[in-house]
Amino acid sequence: MLFDRLGLSLHYIKPRTTVTSKQQVKMFHGKELWQVVSMASRWTRASCSLTLNLYRWNKTFIHTSSCHRKCELTSKRYQVKRGNYNQINDQNIKFFTELLGPHRIIEGESELEGHNTDWLDTVRGVSSVLLKPKTTEEVSAILTYCNQHRLAVCPQGGNTGLVGGSVPVFDEIIISTNLMNKVENVDTWSGVVTCQSGCVLEALDQHVADFGLMVPLDLGAKGSCHIGGNVSTNAGGLRLLRYGNLHGSVLGVEAVLASGEVVDCMTAMKKDNTGYDLKHLFIGSEGTLGLVTKIAIHCPSRPQAVNLAFLGLSSYENVLKTYVAAKSKLGEILSSCEFIDRSSLECVEENLKLKPPISSHEYYMLIETSGSNGTHDEEKLNIFLEDVLGSGIVDDGTVASEPSRMLHIWGLRERIAEALHHEGYTYKYDISIPLSHFYKMVEDMREHLGSKIIRCCGYGHIGDGNLHLNITTEEFDKEVLNHIEPAVYEWTSKVKGSISAEHGLGFKKRNYIHYSKSSGAVTIMKQMKKLLDPNGILNPYKVLPDE
Amino acid sequence: MSLRVLVGVKRVIDYAVKIRVRPDKLGVVTDGVKHSMNPFDEIAIEEAVRLKEKKIAKEVVAISCGPTQAQETIRTALAMGADRGIHVEIPAKEVEKLEPLHVAKIMAKLVEQEKADLVVLGKQAIDDDSNATAQMTAALLDWPQATFASKIEKTDGELQVTREVDGGLEIIKVKLPAVVSADLRLNEPRYATLPNIMKAKKKKIAKMKAADLGVDTSPHFEVLDVADPPVREAGIKVEDVDTLVTKLKDAGRI
Repeated sequence: MLFDRLGLSLHYIKPRTTVTSKQQVKMFHGKELWQVVSMASRWTRASCSLTLNLYRWNKTFIHTSSCHRKCELTSKRYQVKRGNYNQINDQNIKFFTELLGPHRIIEGESELEGHNTDWLDTVRGVSSVLLKPKTTEEVSAILTYCNQHRLAVCPQGGNTGLVGGSVPVFDEIIISTNLMNKVENVDTWSGVVTCQSGCVLEALDQHVADFGLMVPLDLGAKGSCHIGGNVSTNAGGLRLLRYGNLHGSVLGVEAVLASGEVVDCMTAMKKDNTGYDLKHLFIGSEGTLGLVTKIAIHCPSRPQAVNLAFLGLSSYENVLKTYVAAKSKLGEILSSCEFIDRSSLECVEENLKLKPPISSHEYYMLIETSGSNGTHDEEKLNIFLEDVLGSGIVDDGTVASEPSRMLHIWGLRERIAEALHHEGYTYKYDISIPLSHFYKMVEDMREHLGSKIIRCCGYGHIGDGNLHLNITTEEFDKEVLNHIEPAVYEWTSKVKGSISAEHGLGFKKRNYIHYSKSSGAVTIMKQMKKLLDPNGILNPYKVLPDE
Repeated sequence: MSLRVLVGVKRVIDYAVKIRVRPDKLGVVTDGVKHSMNPFDEIAIEEAVRLKEKKIAKEVVAISCGPTQAQETIRTALAMGADRGIHVEIPAKEVEKLEPLHVAKIMAKLVEQEKADLVVLGKQAIDDDSNATAQMTAALLDWPQATFASKIEKTDGELQVTREVDGGLEIIKVKLPAVVSADLRLNEPRYATLPNIMKAKKKKIAKMKAADLGVDTSPHFEVLDVADPPVREAGIKVEDVDTLVTKLKDAGRI
């Protein structure tokens, strides 16, 4: 069969582009591809090019390898003007090579394809240099030099960001935290963990699990994202409802400013009211005020008993009623409350072939409880489930406490972004709006966009009032983008919501900041940026709006 | 022709949990570790329930030999569609030493008591990988066996079973009553939905001891040592083919 001849495993091929008699070939599963290719061989070989998209499997996360379809250059698609920075020359390369050694500097655009593009294939830069420091001192040396020579840099962790904030726009030097992955200390009494910013979230969580602790943050990208990136973007995730956001759980930050100066705000104390709390500047500023090199984070105790319920509902009103019931009956043990609409789950079913545990419903909810006593929690959960089922606000559902089953059910929620990516191009919006308006936004946008799109779906952290609105088309379409933006931002602004609940502004949303922040606030932000990074070398073209 | 089907379900450590060797090196840590139904047994229950839905079976009985918590496993089976359960209680200390032969003897005795027509078991348990219980049960009952079933069809008084074997697929006919062991591709087990979980609470689970069935559970084996698999060693990079050949020669590989 074709796959055997190409020596490729069927498991790794996913359906992608469309077939025409001229250019591209449609990828179907197994036998259908064989039919298509045998048709193709009847035409002239020259007129048919096979586009193979190979996906490297990475536990819960997929990152496209360098064989992915090249997306348009950010600078071209979004008409961005390059800032007043110097070009990299051989002298600079010599300095970095001497500082880090030849193995920790990667050169060449083709080598850096994966680092120049985000995993959604929506933005692409042209950096030709990637540096891999191991220590804070090396980061400091790099930034001191770059500041002196007016070279722009782009800090990069796991490159899992969703707003184009983790990749260069032009030829910024990429500073990767890949090798800064040491866990320095785990204090079992206080639960405070001190580590470098390049620790992969999942690996860090598994490390502290041995001590009976857990990282207070969980998101679908955990297999790839770095804790430094999470802190720099103030990532939210699935358990914010229970453990709060990083401004609360991060106790200390060590960051390097653009000048190379190391700002030491590290402390392992839960309470420290001594002066202005500078660490908050680095949490959520997306690498534009400083490069985070170390963090101290308070890790709560790992729960002894976790239960997960997957529910099917028929109306959004019932979703809200269930949420209220969950808060009152499950209260202290509620650790996650997620919401998925029918379209999102259908996408996961179709594209990833994952089977949901219950039949088709209009809306679904995932409710997770975490506690110290399994028997007590099960009793509370059973009372809650009997109540919502009995009163008819929930139509069907299932509940699981076995890790294997919970993993599968969580997969249905965590892999929606991946499933959407299979359809082509995703226009992703992450907004905080009042719960009463949650689903209306999805319905309004669906109506507004009509047949121009493949899918308009909504899912998200209903417990936090955070909706992920996603629209897909086969390829990037400027017309569709203009139809969506600024309509979606105006809608959000009208209900006094936030245009970016947890994804940040990055590159894609920087110019819409005024929909959620006053001009006075933005002015002070610009002043602070000027103060901490006068040459503007740290992650330019991101977060703050263009002049 | 309506069959009474007995299905064996085993409570094992959940497959997503990291296994740790006990300090005494005679077993693995089970205290406080999450357990669930053996995945192959889920497939067995699912098949039995499907037979009932097709009206080929009239009753599905879920049986588990294990500690008190095995009742949770039986409840899961009941929530998936089994009609009633039988819990053969094994004291917690002896659970580890329970062997396939003991379980087979228990199953054989229960088959006689319940007058069952079909026994469906998972092909193996994911903790011991014995792959022996179904075969032993069939031998004790002198019944035909159809192991590694990936498809079961009923034809008058017989079952046509497709088996997954090393060479491919083998289709055999077995006369009823028979013992079948379920393989991975037999079906995809359903999730127990909430209304069924509620209903399952009311279904009966009979309790008994192995001695009540006249089965002696004294072990025939003694575990000497349990150890982690050896840690994978890092590879080394070599500069050129000559060095590679030298290194391979040194290691006695060529």
